[in-house]
Amino acid sequence: MQSGRWIGATVLAAAWAWAMPAMAESKTLLNVSYDPTRELYQEFNAAFAKHWKSEKGEDVIIRQSHGGAGKQARAVIDGLGGDVLTLALAYDIDEVSRRGLIAEGWQKRLPNNSCPYTSTIVFLVRKGNPKNIRDWDDLTRPDVSVITPNPKTSGGARWNHLAAWAYALKHNDNDEAKAREFVGKLFKNVPVLDSGARGSTTTFVQREIGDALITWENEAFLAVEKLGRGKVEIVLPSMSILAEPPVTVVDKVVDAHGTRELATAYLEFLYSDVGQELAAKYHYRPSNPKIAEKYAEKFPKLERITIDEAFGGWQKAQAKHFADGGVFDQIYQPGR
Amino acid sequence: MRLLLRQRSILPGFGLTLGFTVLYMSLVALIPLGGLFLRTAELSADRFWAIISDARVVAAFRLSFGASAIAACINLVFGLILAWVLVRYRFPGRRLVDALIDLPFALPTAVAGIALTAVYAGNGWIGRYLAPLDIQIAYAPPGIVVALTFIGLPFVVRTLQPVLEDLDPEVEEASASLGAPRAQTLWRVILPELWPVLLTGFALAFARALGEYGSIVFISGNMPMRTEIVPLLMVMKLEQFDYAGATAIAVTMLMASFVLLLVINVLQWWSGQRHCVRRS
Repeated sequence: MQSGRWIGATVLAAAWAWAMPAMAESKTLLNVSYDPTRELYQEFNAAFAKHWKSEKGEDVIIRQSHGGAGKQARAVIDGLGGDVLTLALAYDIDEVSRRGLIAEGWQKRLPNNSCPYTSTIVFLVRKGNPKNIRDWDDLTRPDVSVITPNPKTSGGARWNHLAAWAYALKHNDNDEAKAREFVGKLFKNVPVLDSGARGSTTTFVQREIGDALITWENEAFLAVEKLGRGKVEIVLPSMSILAEPPVTVVDKVVDAHGTRELATAYLEFLYSDVGQELAAKYHYRPSNPKIAEKYAEKFPKLERITIDEAFGGWQKAQAKHFADGGVFDQIYQPGR
Repeated sequence: MRLLLRQRSILPGFGLTLGFTVLYMSLVALIPLGGLFLRTAELSADRFWAIISDARVVAAFRLSFGASAIAACINLVFGLILAWVLVRYRFPGRRLVDALIDLPFALPTAVAGIALTAVYAGNGWIGRYLAPLDIQIAYAPPGIVVALTFIGLPFVVRTLQPVLEDLDPEVEEASASLGAPRAQTLWRVILPELWPVLLTGFALAFARALGEYGSIVFISGNMPMRTEIVPLLMVMKLEQFDYAGATAIAVTMLMASFVLLLVINVLQWWSGQRHCVRRS
């Protein structure tokens, strides 16, 4: 009995020690990011740790947290304590900023709208493109079934919706009613609205539902290389949107942790040749023109309109399209 | 009143344990739930009503409560059969089956959702045979029922098992020897004994299903007005940083569930009473 109690206590203590995060001696940095950057930052963090060691002689441990962009922003607002935020869209970082954790005008602090790498929205189709899908208007054909995540729950999917809208505006002399009809027709072709971007990729590639998947270019590359090898191919539409996933230091947190210098250097390293090469390796378009040139074959040029040009910024786009009763809701509940 | 409390039990430590219970319940349940109500108080009554009477929210409520009730009913029938088999018969592999029942407790529900979707989708093991018959399970309301049945199963079986074990087979034998056919024995002798427990099992499975999110978002397809469940709408509101809107839906759901559980409890009490009276 006595020994049984001891064993119990030991097991409990061991479980406790194991479950508690190891207290590290060296400096740590927490990068709060969204889902598809996991592999990129794994390799980038190792590269940066090496770089920092050789520059400053200091060991640094970088932890990463991934999840849906909106969920991650909320976690930081609620006190997760991320030193840097690297999310899918500026809107979520704006929300953190509005609550005073990040200085206003954060997007001007780093080059290129604080986006070290960019991407765009493309289509994934079945091998050989049997439905001959070339551009956005093919997605509104009645014989085409389209997969895209729900823009209300997926930050990434908001880009998809806005890219379609921008295309429709351009081809209808900026007629909003026509654009509404166009996007409505497109969503009539959507049989499943997954809650996140990865979910949609799985639905399209593994469940074999739909003729076209609207997705970020980096996700499309991943699907072609890993998930759906030999089963799917990428189609670039005639125009798309410039997807800008921004990065920033979380001022309140770095000031409390004393990690401002480290965090800033970390983000700046994303703009270095090493960071840019890694971005390209993980299928993001590098912002450095020299390195972009090197990968010109991988990332063919296409017209990419920005959110600021087409929609006057994320706040406006969000309010008009994705707020309750906005354009997206009206597609499913006309007359609201 | 004081005297009454004192007299209720001869066991010592009532004050201490009650104090602990209240503190514990406050920390674990009451304070977080109270926070919910506080958040909703930010909304005006009009706004609150506008949020919860929105056609889409109403459709989601209908789906969530409907699918949960259907799933709990399915679990009631098949959980009873399962529990009966496990308690009354000895067969090889019984322990294994018994252990399997707890799996839905332990498995992350997202895993369950993805696995069920893979099986029931148009190209899945089961889905491919249903597709030619025009039966769609995954990405349609039946898929939600399937997932909710999966996660609710252990609740019914585990509440029934101990009671079935205590059920004396001699009573059944007596009934049989007095000439009652089997169906009558089941209906007049066994089931009356089980009603209160069956209701508990139903209530547990139902309540668990109402709150389920992880598995459903994968199998439902999340189509507005058709396959959106209530928890998904809350997540959507949160994605827009609309905390008040999300809590308005949450509070409504909480109150509806509470009323339903209360009704079930009263029913249970009533069926227990009736049974006791008849037996005495």
